[in-house]
Amino acid sequence: MAQAHAAHDGSHGSYSSYLIGFVLAVILTVASFAAVMTHALSPGMALAALTVLAVVQIVVHLVFFLHLNTSSEQSWNLMCFIFAAASVIVIIGGTIFIMHDTAINMMSR
Amino acid sequence: MAHEATMSPLAHADDHHGEHHETPNVFGFWLYLMTDCILFGSIFAAFAVLRNQYAGGPSGKELFDLTNVGIETAILLFSSITYGFASLNALAKNKTMVLLWLAVTFVLGVSFVGLELNEFSSMIAEGNGPDRSAFLSAFFTLVGTHGLHVTCGLIWMVVLMVQMMGPQDLSERMMNKLACLSLFWHFLDIVWICVFSFVYLAGVM
Repeated sequence: MAQAHAAHDGSHGSYSSYLIGFVLAVILTVASFAAVMTHALSPGMALAALTVLAVVQIVVHLVFFLHLNTSSEQSWNLMCFIFAAASVIVIIGGTIFIMHDTAINMMSR
Repeated sequence: MAHEATMSPLAHADDHHGEHHETPNVFGFWLYLMTDCILFGSIFAAFAVLRNQYAGGPSGKELFDLTNVGIETAILLFSSITYGFASLNALAKNKTMVLLWLAVTFVLGVSFVGLELNEFSSMIAEGNGPDRSAFLSAFFTLVGTHGLHVTCGLIWMVVLMVQMMGPQDLSERMMNKLACLSLFWHFLDIVWICVFSFVYLAGVM
């Protein structure tokens, strides 16, 4: 078993893949903080930048740290993740949409 | 989960044909993480709705210290890669290095929880606890739930380190446990990306 593990490190990452993921994550995190702390962008633009950077960083973490990929061995994991992500988007998007409309109709803001 | 993890390693040893396949335990744990995703999604949705409901209390701009958040983010990111090094050493069957990297990860995790508790206690001491406004209730629920997850991960990490020093060593069973905690730990870092982006950074704009 031991030699099988050592030989087959494709789905478990390697020092270089962890380091690449780490460097990408650091760059994206610094970009997020810079987008807000430098006040270079308008609040709307900064929020859009934060969203894009967060999504990209989540993908980086999934690929380099959680080793999620499109190989057949991972297809069920990927399928479940896509379903969960879709559910989360519906929950958050739907909640914001409905509660925003309610707030406007009730003139509560 | 505990029942799954304590399954006899022989029960699925036949599934291995010279190459490591993901075991049902790890896939089952992945499914749990996906339900955890929905849990955090719901709390994020609640926070999104209540983020402007200050009830005359302070806003994020007055409360959040981005330096502290930056340090917390750096700590979690470092702990992700140190756990990765522990995983790689486990694959190489180098137990001493696994224990060393797990210990480093543990120390980083404890300092993260410490910084968070420090932030919480100073906010509560200034009268800005979860009972101050809907915004603060949502804030403490969201960040607190994440912190509680990290704390559980730390307890789990200590248990694995103690078990690893016992007869379990780096058996197939222990490898599965390490793989599950790896998924959990990296997943918490993903949740933290959303916390620092949409709670803290978006909150100070």
